[in-house]
Order: sequence, then C-alpha cells, then structure tokens
Amino acid sequence: MAPIQSAEQTVLAIRPEGLPAFWPADNPWLHALVFIVASIAFALVMVIVFIYVERRGVARFQLRLGPNRAGPEGVLQAVADLIKLLLKEDIVPRLADKVVHLLAPIVATVPAFMVFAVVPLWGDGAMLADLNAGVLYFIAISSFGVVGVFMAGWASSNKYSLISAMRGVAQMVSYEIPLVMALLGVVVFAGTLSLNGIVDAQSIPFALLQPLAAVIYFLAMSAEINRTPFDLLEAESEIIAGYHTEYSGMKFALFYVAEYGHAVAGAAIFATFFLGGWKGPVLPPVLWLVIKMLVVFFVGFWARATLPRLRVDQVMGLGWKALLPLAVINVLIAAVEVLFWPSGTTQWLLVPINIAIGALLVFLWSRTVSLRGGRVEVRTRAEVKA
Amino acid sequence: MKSEPEQKSKRSKDKKRVFGAGIARGLRVTMKGLLGRAITTSYPEHKLVVSKRFRGNEFVWYPARCTGCSTCAKSCPHGNIEVVTRRGNNAYEVEKFEIDTGRCMFCGLCVESCPYDALCLGRGYELAKYRRGDLVLEKEAMQESEKRKPSGYFRPKIEKTLPAQTLLIERAGRKSRKKKESVP
Repeated sequence: MAPIQSAEQTVLAIRPEGLPAFWPADNPWLHALVFIVASIAFALVMVIVFIYVERRGVARFQLRLGPNRAGPEGVLQAVADLIKLLLKEDIVPRLADKVVHLLAPIVATVPAFMVFAVVPLWGDGAMLADLNAGVLYFIAISSFGVVGVFMAGWASSNKYSLISAMRGVAQMVSYEIPLVMALLGVVVFAGTLSLNGIVDAQSIPFALLQPLAAVIYFLAMSAEINRTPFDLLEAESEIIAGYHTEYSGMKFALFYVAEYGHAVAGAAIFATFFLGGWKGPVLPPVLWLVIKMLVVFFVGFWARATLPRLRVDQVMGLGWKALLPLAVINVLIAAVEVLFWPSGTTQWLLVPINIAIGALLVFLWSRTVSLRGGRVEVRTRAEVKA
Repeated sequence: MKSEPEQKSKRSKDKKRVFGAGIARGLRVTMKGLLGRAITTSYPEHKLVVSKRFRGNEFVWYPARCTGCSTCAKSCPHGNIEVVTRRGNNAYEVEKFEIDTGRCMFCGLCVESCPYDALCLGRGYELAKYRRGDLVLEKEAMQESEKRKPSGYFRPKIEKTLPAQTLLIERAGRKSRKKKESVP
C-alpha cells in the first residue's frame, strides 16, 4: 500500500503496486481518465468481436457459413450493420412516452459498460477502481439494466413490448437471487469482495473448487442477459421483438449493443470469478482474460444453437425450484468447508469432493423436483373417454 | 435400426432423468454440425452442379434436326413459341423460331412433344436480364455453344453424358447416410 493516500485515491482504491513505475498513481483524475477510456474501448471492441464470433459460430452450428462478405471473412459485418442502422429513420410511436422512450436504450446500455470499472482487465490491480465492495458494485450495476428494458416496454405503448418488459422484470428478479448466492460461495472461499482479491485468491480456479456455483452462475447469468434458451423477452414467435419492437435506427442499435455488452460483461465476470481472470502463463494478462471470456461465450452460443426457448413457467420453475435451493445449499457447504478444512495445499482435495457433492445434489434434485410445472397435455376425445 | 431391448432401456433412462442429460445429448448433436462442413456455399464463387434433368432456362435448339413442324408451338400452353417457315428444297426452312421465356413456366411440354429431339431445355438458372425483350430467345441465340448446354430432361441420351449432381442436399445426405450405416 502507498503510505499516504489522497481522498480521491481512497475513493478509487488505486493499487499502485500493480501498475508500472511511471504510472501517475498520485493523480487519480489522470488514472481515472485513462482507465475509463481503456475499459470502454475494451468493452466496445469485445462487443464487436462477440457479435462476429457468435454470428459465424452459430452459423457453423447450423451448417451455414454465416456473414462472410463485408471485409475479409466478414469481420466488418458489425460495422456495416451499424452504418445501416445509423442511416435509418428513427420512428417514435405517436402514443409513446417520448422522454422515457428516448432514455430507455441509454439506461439499458450504460450499466453493461459500468461493470468494467471493477473488473481487473489488464493485470494485477490494473483496473479503474479496486473497490473493496466490488462484488456488491457489480451486482448493483448489472441488475440495473432491467430498468432500461422496463422503460422501453412501458414507453412504447405496445402490448407486446409491455408483456416482454413484464417477463423481463420477473425473470431478472428471480435469477438475481441464485446469481448472488452462487457468487457468495466464491466470496466465502476468497474471503474478499474485491474482484482483484478474488483473482488473487485463485491458485485453483473456483470453477473447480465451486463447480456447482459455476454452473448455477452460468445459468443465472444466461437468464439475466436474456441469452437463449432464456430469451423470453425477445421471443420472436410470440411477441415480435419484445421490448424493442418499437425501436428503430440508432436506438435499436443501442439495445443491440446493450444485449451484447451484457454478454461481454457476464463473460468477463464469469472468467474473473471462476476461471482465474487475467491469470495464465506466457501470454499477456488481457489476452488470457479475452480467451477465457470467449470460452465462456462459446458455451453460451453453443447452447443457443442447440436449445429451444423455455416457457415462462419453466423459466420460473428452474430459477426458484432448482437454482435457488441448490445455491443456498452450496453456500452452506462452502462455509462449512472454509471453517473446518485446513487451508493450504490440501485445498486440492476439495476439488473432487465438491464435484462429487455438486453431482450428488443435481442428481437428488433431478429425482425429487419436477421443473415441468403446469404442463398442458393435449388429449383426443377418444383418449379422454378411455 | 436399434434392437428392441436397447430402445426399452433408452425409454426407461428417459424416465429416470438427470438434469442436463438431455441438454448434453443435444449439445453433442450440434457440436457435430460445428465440426462437419457447411452445407451452404458462397454462391457466385462456388457454383454447384445442378440436376441432370434440370428444367432450366436457355432452351437449346438444333437447327439441323428441326423440320419446322411446329408441334412445340401447338403444345405450349401459353403460346410462347413462334415458328415461321418457308418452303425450301424438298423441306421447310425455319425462318423464325422464337421462345418468349418471360412467360415460360418451364413445363417442358414443348421438349416432350418434339418428334425429332430438336429442342432441349437448358441447365442455366441465372435468368436475370436488364430488358423484357432480352427474355425472348431467338433461333441464333438458342443454338448449342460452350456456355449453353442442354439439360437431360426428357433426353436420356444427353442425360448419360452429364456430370453427377452436387447439390448440397445430396452431399450432406450422402455423409449422414454413411454415418447412419456405421452406427448400428
């Protein structure tokens, strides 16, 4: 720790030891400026990378080639789409709540990028602010995106948008709890709420130490960021495009960026919490983080290419009946292990034990809990008589 | 086909479900798609060989075989074919032979009705023209050339000489059929 810290330094919680010697750590404003620009640039570039990777990847999963025209191998497709959207007419419905309609895409987009303030992107301590309540900040900010979604659904004065917004709120409120509970297991093991501290604590990646938490977090995160199979908000076959039905041009582009921005943030958080963040041999830290994010994202769109959309009650069933109790049990087990297991090299023994416990719990739940709730059986008249 | 006891065991497995087992099976299926090859191609660069009996545009007309009998013109449901003949040296000379492909539905009745195999359908499928008038094919334009090859539709002799079809559906089908054979 630096011997004397100014008030601004304390607020930003700059860790000078992680930064190069020439770094102006005593000038928090300069530090903030550099990292704000760098973090947003990182997030935006990753959004474009993710859009490209997903479009090509999903196409290959579906035996297609995907966009390969704009630029070499189609890498400029996102840019072309953006130019098209910029030039399109911005349509606002006559009965829309104009101010809220305008604000909604901004409110939905900004939290996705604000998350990157506390994620160690470029190495040990090389981040905007090493908050000692980083996890709290992340949870508070990431759940704010739903406000934008609800504003959009409300302001559009369109029944489909409103249905989508209602679904969004229900889904995100439900999945926020198992998501936080899953992170709690990690926090118990790491003993800190700072994301940098959590990365430092991972001599063994928490995906191995806390496999059940990793699975629960991945599922809850997919639901939070509306990835298929949880994309009830944008269920094209039911409610057109959901909350952004009435949006066009740049406002729609902002929602698009928000969707992928949340996916980028989710992948970054998963990589930081469960896969060791920037840690890794040979390659520079930021590259390791990008690789891990892409791995997480790959699993996400692999599932997207595979699974059909769930029904509303099935989504709620999974969240409340399976993920929430399992996450609570997982926190209890993690707490007991941290209390009674001697820390040190014997931590490796917890890996098979926790994997076994996780598998056992999932097995028990599969046999005892039904997630199909409210299934409607369609029977013919002859079957009813018999 | 799987044998019966295997099917039974699979059914009972489904009853004793474990969360994620079905998802894992589905993920395996899509992973095969990722590792396999795409069944679409980038069109203008990679063109596929169409069916041997493709009823394409660009009729091919053989002036040496045509007697100007106009059976094709009579059989055309739309009356798109116009034939004008002149009495020549012991035979009719075809003065005008035009097909208006703008109205043509490629039913192939003209080809089927030709008693002398003088008219064939073509193998082309890039039909776009800049002007309506360009769609009317004249007799000079309809003769066989390097670019204009006849289709094997209703012409078994021509069909034998044509290359096998490589439509993607067929390529993909061949692949999966092989796999299916190796599974049981």
